[in-house]
Amino acid sequence: MKLLENLIGKVKPHFEEGGKLHQYYYGFEALETFLFVPAETSHGTHIKDGIDLKRTMFTVVIAMIPALLFGMWNVGHQHFLAMGELTALGDGLWDKFLYGAIKVLPIVVVAYGVGLGIEFLIAIIRKHPVNEGFLVSGMLIPLVMPPTIPLWMVAASTAFAVIIGKEAFGGTGMNILNVALLSRVFIFFAYPTYISGDLVWIAGDPSLFIDGFSGATPLGVAYLGGAEALANVAAHDYSLMSMIIGTVPGSIGETSAIAVGIGALILLFTGIASWRVMFSVVVGASVTALIFSAADLALFKDVPFYEHLLMGSMLFATVFMATDPVTAAQTTKGKFIYGFLIGVFGMIIRVLNPAYPEGWMLAILLMNVFAPTIDHFVVQSNIKRRVSRAL
Amino acid sequence: MIKLSRGFDIKLLGKAEHTFLPAKQPTFFALKPTDVIGVGPIPKLVVEAGSRVKAGEPLFYDKLMPRIQFCSPVSGVVTEIRRAAKRAIAEVVIEADADIQFHDFGKLDPSSVSREAAVERLLESGAWLLLRQRPFNVAANPDETPRDIFVSCFDTAPLAPDASVTMAGKEAAFQAGVNVLAKLTSGSVHLGLGPDAPAVFKNATGVKSTSFSGPHPAGNVGVQIHHVAPIGKGEVVWTIKPQDVAIIGTLFTEGRFDTERTVAVTGSELKTTGYFKTRIGASVSSVISGNLKHDNVRIVSGNPLVGSIVGNDGFLGLYDDQITVLEEGNKPEFMGWLLPSYARPSLSRTFLSFLRPNKVYHVNTNNHGEERAYVMSGQYEQVVPMDLYPQYLIKSILYSDFEQMEGLGIYEVVEEDLALCEFVCTSKQPVQQILRSGLDLVRTEG
Repeated sequence: MKLLENLIGKVKPHFEEGGKLHQYYYGFEALETFLFVPAETSHGTHIKDGIDLKRTMFTVVIAMIPALLFGMWNVGHQHFLAMGELTALGDGLWDKFLYGAIKVLPIVVVAYGVGLGIEFLIAIIRKHPVNEGFLVSGMLIPLVMPPTIPLWMVAASTAFAVIIGKEAFGGTGMNILNVALLSRVFIFFAYPTYISGDLVWIAGDPSLFIDGFSGATPLGVAYLGGAEALANVAAHDYSLMSMIIGTVPGSIGETSAIAVGIGALILLFTGIASWRVMFSVVVGASVTALIFSAADLALFKDVPFYEHLLMGSMLFATVFMATDPVTAAQTTKGKFIYGFLIGVFGMIIRVLNPAYPEGWMLAILLMNVFAPTIDHFVVQSNIKRRVSRAL
Repeated sequence: MIKLSRGFDIKLLGKAEHTFLPAKQPTFFALKPTDVIGVGPIPKLVVEAGSRVKAGEPLFYDKLMPRIQFCSPVSGVVTEIRRAAKRAIAEVVIEADADIQFHDFGKLDPSSVSREAAVERLLESGAWLLLRQRPFNVAANPDETPRDIFVSCFDTAPLAPDASVTMAGKEAAFQAGVNVLAKLTSGSVHLGLGPDAPAVFKNATGVKSTSFSGPHPAGNVGVQIHHVAPIGKGEVVWTIKPQDVAIIGTLFTEGRFDTERTVAVTGSELKTTGYFKTRIGASVSSVISGNLKHDNVRIVSGNPLVGSIVGNDGFLGLYDDQITVLEEGNKPEFMGWLLPSYARPSLSRTFLSFLRPNKVYHVNTNNHGEERAYVMSGQYEQVVPMDLYPQYLIKSILYSDFEQMEGLGIYEVVEEDLALCEFVCTSKQPVQQILRSGLDLVRTEG
């Protein structure tokens, strides 16, 4: 480490005041503080908590690793299933994982590369330190993409999300809308055929797929056909168990309840994500699903409410998107209201709206806009309580 | 009994052993105008270098508060008026006599003294400064009558002194002090008792006692006021520490300003920790010199959260009963945020050391990260056991919204109540500094 320290020490003067590369100082500083926690000592309190934003972001990335790894395997599994090969779960574990990795890792690299590149550029132009927010968004973006997404589209949507969604508002901590969701929303509205339909969820050449194979997700099947259609799909097993394990088509990271569940446990246990938001999203969605089943609608017929929670991106959105601390409600009471309304609206859009196959992205973005309002009213009630006590 | 659940106990190495350090009494003592909030930078001096004073005789006063005298804690010769930038007075340094001579104020009976006479005695002796006023934590205003007076009888800050040691032998003085305080307020004298409160507090009469339990900041008087009788707009409450109550008691029963204070000498960088009986404004050198494990230390008068930095030749603050010596964390740490090379306390459970809840930590002053915009929410609320939203309060100060600051409870908090917020903040925001700027804004322009 001394070697590294000396190296940095030799290079640093070029970036400081008077050095030739001074305009690129914050780019250098980002790399230096990545490698070394600075020697800065505290002002104010003389001791500080060991946690900082880098460690927080890193914990969230760790929580996403199970979903990433399973997703890579699943991309391979769905591909081979569509080719009619290696149909059993245990077959060709390594082949499937390798295939999936080849499909998924470039998306991850592009998302991080474009996002961090833009962040470095803006930090250098605006002369402020590079903030750590994108460490998480860069991993979230690939996990919400279908495996067949063209890489240039990933780059464009990431650029849109970072520039318009985050930097235009002032950078990390200042954005109103969830950055990773904005990238998905960009593709959804600008290139809808690449992110919806049946075959986008299966990687590989469609002309080579077996006859009658449809890549429809359980959500797509259950929408019109209900529970009956789910039980009768030819080339897939859409039972409850396969939805829990995640061996169904879908976006890269969203399919496995177990993988997302491990991530949720990591986030809850370390205290990084709010249990209040997760809990109330599940409650809101379940309540709305129960109301719809009681109303006996023609859509999602006979699909029980707990199966609703396992279909589509519901769990992934609850654990990783809704809990984003910057865009969620920030008061403890507000978090309950925020989460509950996400659950309600997400379910309403999913079930009642024929144009959108999945509701969570839009429900979360809607509630992101309303989160400050919810907080305003919670804070106002605290103020009123204090004022009435004084008088 | 009020059980507080929110908060965080920071367990640090270097707690004071229950023994008295064999150090000699310091030769130098000093009074710092900066210890009292609201005092102008250049108070009016009554003495000059070379003047001889007895304990209790005035050194200086603030022109805007001429009734409140800053009096010498010891007898001796004023050696130096140390100045800071723009001729502001940093310290008035006195070389103490080996045998302290006290100015004789005459005895007054605490139970029969009139309020006016008590106030006068406190003002002329310098004991008045031991009373602080909420909101804002400024020196108590002698022209006002407070709604109540609060004394917190236990300290939950990291490495804080134990009242059973600091108050030993002061039972009579404490009760006399309580009797005086009861005259000063229109309401009551409230004691906040901790778990295992010593008899001196439990047996006090003429007070309203409330028991508290819970992690830090349960021992903060501001938190106790919030739960017993919160401060509203326009209301004024005074606070004082238990050892200072005993000083007031002695002033009335013995007629002298005896500023004796038992100080906890703590910190992981000391060879021996312990307690030390000295007086207000003592130089720290007598307990520090020869007692340091190495040179790269930060010497703090007060606790690690709220105390102020003093050098090897610095002086104990007016309100401080603790000296903490911490290691300076001025070395970069390779990948420290990912693979910490030493255990550190954290509110989050992202470090493996949480597996041992009773672990005692060796800390240093490293910032452990850089200052960022606010990202996490709910952290401040986890460590403030009061019905207010600290993060919103800090934000309202940052954009100077008066109504919002008042409505969010700026009258109820001072720096020590939000110090834990600064400790746990992931974004390393200077919370106490922001709060003080907000308090000053409301105090001067509200």
